[in-house]
This record gives sequence, C-alpha cells and structure tokens, in this order.
Amino acid sequence: MSGTLIIAEHRQGELCQATLETITSAIKSHTPDIRVVVIGKQIEPFIEAVRIEGILEVIAIRTSSNDFDPDLYAVTLTMLINSYHPELILLPHTVNTIGYAAAVAADQRLGFATDVFDFSISNGIVTAIRSGYGQKVNVELGFPENRPVCLTLRPNIWKPLQANKAGIVIEIHPPVYSARCRHETYLEPKSSGDIDIPGAAFILSIGRGVADEKNVEEFLELADSLGATLGCSRPIADNGWLPKARQVGQSGKTASNCKLYIAMGISGSVQHLAGMKHVENIVAINTDREASIFNYARYGIVADMFEIAEELRNQFPE
Amino acid sequence: MKILVPIKQVVTLDEDFEFTPDNRDVDHDFHIYDLNEWDDYSLEEALLIKESNDSPIEIIVCTVGNEYADESLRKCLAKGADRAIRVWSNELKNTDSIGIARIIAHIARREEPQLILTGVQSSDFAHSTTGVATAGILGWPYAAVVNRFEPDHDFTKASILRELEGGLEEAMNIDLPAVITIQVGINKPRYASLRGIKQAQSIPIEEATPDSLGMIDSEIGESGSASIIKKMFIPEKLSTAIIIEGTPAQQASKLAKIINDFKGV
Ligand SMILES: Cc1cc2nc3c(=O)[nH]c(=O)nc-3n(C[C@H](O)[C@H](O)[C@H](O)COP(=O)(O)OP(=O)(O)OC[C@H]3O[C@@H](n4cnc5c(N)ncnc54)[C@H](O)[C@@H]3O)c2cc1C
Ligand SMILES: Nc1ncnc2c1ncn2[C@@H]1O[C@H](COP(=O)(O)O)[C@@H](O)[C@H]1O
Repeated sequence: MSGTLIIAEHRQGELCQATLETITSAIKSHTPDIRVVVIGKQIEPFIEAVRIEGILEVIAIRTSSNDFDPDLYAVTLTMLINSYHPELILLPHTVNTIGYAAAVAADQRLGFATDVFDFSISNGIVTAIRSGYGQKVNVELGFPENRPVCLTLRPNIWKPLQANKAGIVIEIHPPVYSARCRHETYLEPKSSGDIDIPGAAFILSIGRGVADEKNVEEFLELADSLGATLGCSRPIADNGWLPKARQVGQSGKTASNCKLYIAMGISGSVQHLAGMKHVENIVAINTDREASIFNYARYGIVADMFEIAEELRNQFPE
Repeated sequence: MKILVPIKQVVTLDEDFEFTPDNRDVDHDFHIYDLNEWDDYSLEEALLIKESNDSPIEIIVCTVGNEYADESLRKCLAKGADRAIRVWSNELKNTDSIGIARIIAHIARREEPQLILTGVQSSDFAHSTTGVATAGILGWPYAAVVNRFEPDHDFTKASILRELEGGLEEAMNIDLPAVITIQVGINKPRYASLRGIKQAQSIPIEEATPDSLGMIDSEIGESGSASIIKKMFIPEKLSTAIIIEGTPAQQASKLAKIINDFKGV
C-alpha cells in the first residue's frame, strides 16, 4: 500500500474549487505519490487545472457524459483502489462525495472519516480531526491497521495552489458498469426577486432562535430600520417563514460582498458558515456561550436576541 | 411492501459539559437526547408514501442504541410507524457509522424492504455516511441529499431531486429497491396526535442483538467500523471574539456603535 488518490469533481463545466483544496492539502501534508483522477467527457480544462506542483500523475478517465453518476464514481474508485493500492484516498466533502464515498468505504472496508478539517500521515499511520456534538468538541480519529484510509475534507480550509503543468497525464479506460441512478437535468434555483444576499454589504441574519413564524416580522422591520438585508439560516427557509433567497450557506447564498454580518440565534453549523465565515466583521448573538458561531465572530454577545432587538430598535428609531 | 426508516437518537450537550476520564467522549450526564431532525423528515416521507399508495405498506423504524433510544422510537410509532426495532449489545459501544450501516444492512436482509430512507446526516456528528454505506454493503442503488421523491406506480423506479450546492437541484431517476438519504425541507413533518402517542405505548419494541441478526465477529462494533475515536477535546478558538458584556441595553448600544462605524455615521 502506498500513494495518494484524489478524485476530482466538476459540475456544469466547472471544476469544483474544493478539489483544488483537497490536492493542496495532500501536497502540504506531504502525502506520498499523489494521483488525481478526472472522470468525464470534456475533461481537458479540468486536467490542466489540477496539474499543481507536487502531484505525480493525472489519471484521465474518458466517459460518455460529464454529469455525476454515483455508480460510475464508486466503481471507478473501487477499480483504482484495487490497481494502485493507495494508502490514502482524499475527496472533497461535497454533496456528490456524500453521494458515493461511504458506499465504497463500507464495501471495500476502508478506514473512513468525513468532513475532516485536519489530518496527518506518518509512517503510514493516518490521524484525522473532525467535529462532534454540534461542533462543540473536536474528535481525533485513528483507523484500522493495514487498510487504505479515505478522508473527505471540509471545504474552505486549505487555500488552493495554482496549477503549473506539473505531473504527467495518463489515460485509463472507464470500468464497465450499469448505471442505476441516472442524471436527467439540472434545475436552477428560483429567481430571488429583489432580495440580494450576495450583493449586500450589511446582513442581519436570523436562525432557529427566532422560535416562531410570528416573530419573523419584527426582524424584517429591524433589518429595514438598520439598513441591513435580512438573511436567515436554513430551518427558517425550510419552514417557509422566509423565502429561500434569504438563506445563507452551502445550499443557499454566499454573502460574497458582506462587510458586516450580524447572526442572531444561529448556532454556526458548517453549512451556514460556508456562506458567511469569510466576512470580516461578524457579530454573533446567542444565548449559548458555547455556540460554535462565537469561534468565527469578531464580536460576541451572549444574550437573548429578542432583548437585543428591542434595545436596538430604541437606538435606531424609524 | 415495507419501508425501512433507520433513525438516530442524537445528543446535544448541556452547558459546562465534562469529558469522560479517558477523554474519548463527553460524560453521558451532560447528554440531552432527541430524535435527529433529519429523521423527522425521512419518517414523514415514508408516511406520505404509505398514505398515497393503494397497496398496504408497512413502515419499520429501527435504531442502533441503548434503551434511552426507545423514546425516539416511540415518537416515530406515535406518528404512525408500524413497527420498531432496537439493536443493542455492549460490543456495539465503539461502533462508528460504517459499523451501524452493517447492522442496518442485516435488518434489511431480514425484512426485505423495497425502500430504505435515512436522514442526510445526524445533527450531532454530521457524518453523512450511514445511508450510503448501507447501500454499499447491500449492493443497492442509492442517492444522497434528496429533496423530492416520487416512486412510479409499481415501485420499481423513482424520480428524485438531489439538492446540490448553492440551491441548484439535480433531477435523477433511480432503480428501486434503493437507499435514499432525505434532506430536511422535503416535507412538513407532522406532530404526533394524543391518540397516536397512546397507541404507541402498546406497540412492543423488538430488541435485537448483532447475534440475533446473524452478524459475524468481523462485522460487529470496532471490527466492523472504519474509524476509532482516540480522544475528544475543546476546539481552540479560531478568532478570539471580543465578548460584549453588560445589560442588553449596554450590549445593544455597543452593537449600535459597530453598525454606525460600519456605515460611517
Ligand atoms: C447538505 C446540507 C446543506 C445545508 N445547507 C445549509 C445552508 O445553506 N444554510 C444553513 O443555515 N444551514 C444549512 N444546512 C443545515 C445546517 O446543518 C443546520 O441544521 C442549520 O444551519 C441550523 O440552523 P440554526 O443555526 O438556525 O439552528 P440551530 O442549530 O438549532 O441553532 C439555533 C441557535 O439559536 C440559539 N438561540 C435559541 N434561542 C435564542 C434566543 N432567544 N436568543 C439568541 N439565541 C438563541 C441557540 O443557542 C442555538 O445556538 C445544511 C445541511 C445539510 C446537510
Ligand atoms: N445509531 C443509528 N441507528 C439507526 N440509524 C442511524 C444511526 N445513526 C445514523 N443513522 C441513520 O443515518 C442517518 C445519517 O446519520 P450519519 O451518517 O451519522 O450522519 C440518520 O439520519 C439515520 O437515518
């Protein structure tokens, strides 16, 4: 067993940024013999994009479609494990990886951990760190001996290096398999009307702490009087209390131009953070002083969001 | 026809929690239990499928956990699940989500459901592993992060939507039987009725063990798992937040100043 396998991910003609981060993590952690696998139809641009200094090879696997197919990715990974006997398999922790990696890990009896944000490998022994208990603790994991270890890596941790035509490109035939879950089409998110989370410089966001649909209105008004755009965490949109266009996070919008983000009653899940943790000024208001959002905030207020909202209204009369 | 719904009793932590002496877990005295949020939605989806189908469907909920987990199974029975299975034995203490998938796969082999609905993830550890791993062990088709599920009339295929990053959705078509991991928001989970809660009390929860399911040693507990917890520790603060102290009025006036500074007032 030796070497590192990385499976690249792409969608709608774009390489997934987290793939570059994953390659970078391998290079920075000095994992042995890094091979990056690119699967799909029009893959030339992806092949070039992953040729970062430090990789050994790009394995190009040409198929009849560019779309993700869980069976194709699983069967291909299994084939490569059996031909290369890697000691480490690194994948970006994305919706597509969630959609096949565990099937291979269980079937091939790999060591396995997901959403890992730190790892090391020395003398073939892999150690990984991930979160537990709603991110209130970190968990250090070890793996069964003498098995390849597959880790899915949290996005936005490793800053991607630039490609520079490093490594050599080899071609491998795709495996023979039958697709049991077939791509049909993509549905773009509904137009967000005049709600513009990506464009907003100042966002006031509410989470499950708001407790009830009837409490939402007062925060719409508060955001208005502060001159902020109202955002929300996922449960608020799932409940239909606010339109999906206001949802910040992995499956919602990214606060791309935000300079001030006030998070009220939001715990700070990985998926919410994905849309806002880059903001320079984050103010977190939460009754739980151990909420993970405080780890990413510049200012923390341990208090009831309703009381703070009430007092803020006094400070900013209409 | 049967639908199997594996559920997890998740843990939130009490304030000021402490670790166990070996530092491999949080002391159970600080555990607060609840049914995983995602499993509310997968159970609801099963109930909706049952209600919209002419032929009878049996919904079986199952969990791997000690007797505390009965409470979550009862909650599912109260909402309308037909049967509940709880698997436990002391050897299962250090089982990770791949090891749990091995147990669920054994239940599936015994019950032969046409569909397995898990949650996308558990709210406490967010592995996003168990459902897809179960499919890998069974050799079944699978799809993860599904927010629409429409089986065809004879239940051999289903049209699904997968929720991708940024709100993009992907329409796919999947062969059944399959394992589907259900995303929150796919439906509106119901509350249990008083009548349902009462009726649930009289439904026995089947207690199974790895042994009674016919599992072999290499599948059980740590041997069947893909990772081992070495230790837990408190995350280092990434950015040391400046904590604004005082009464709510004082805190709000500091916040007002931050807002005004930002606006250049
Ligand atoms: C594939 C996938 C994609 C996802 N995408 C997203 C996404 O895009 N965006 C997103 O947000 N989530 C997303 N999620 C969901 C995410 O995992 C969390 O479930 C969600 O972010 C939790 O929202 P929350 O913080 O509002 O709720 P909770 O985690 O329940 O937190 C509520 C917080 O409010 C605090 N609180 C309660 N009452 C008060 C009060 N009176 N005053 C102040 N504080 C109070 C509590 O202490 C707690 O910290 C996704 C999940 C998956 C699996
Ligand atoms: N102990 C368990 N018993 C039964 N099902 C579980 C258990 N743990 C996880 N699951 C199922 O797997 C889903 C995802 O959990 P996880 O893979 O731990 O993130 C949950 O929503 C449950 O459907």
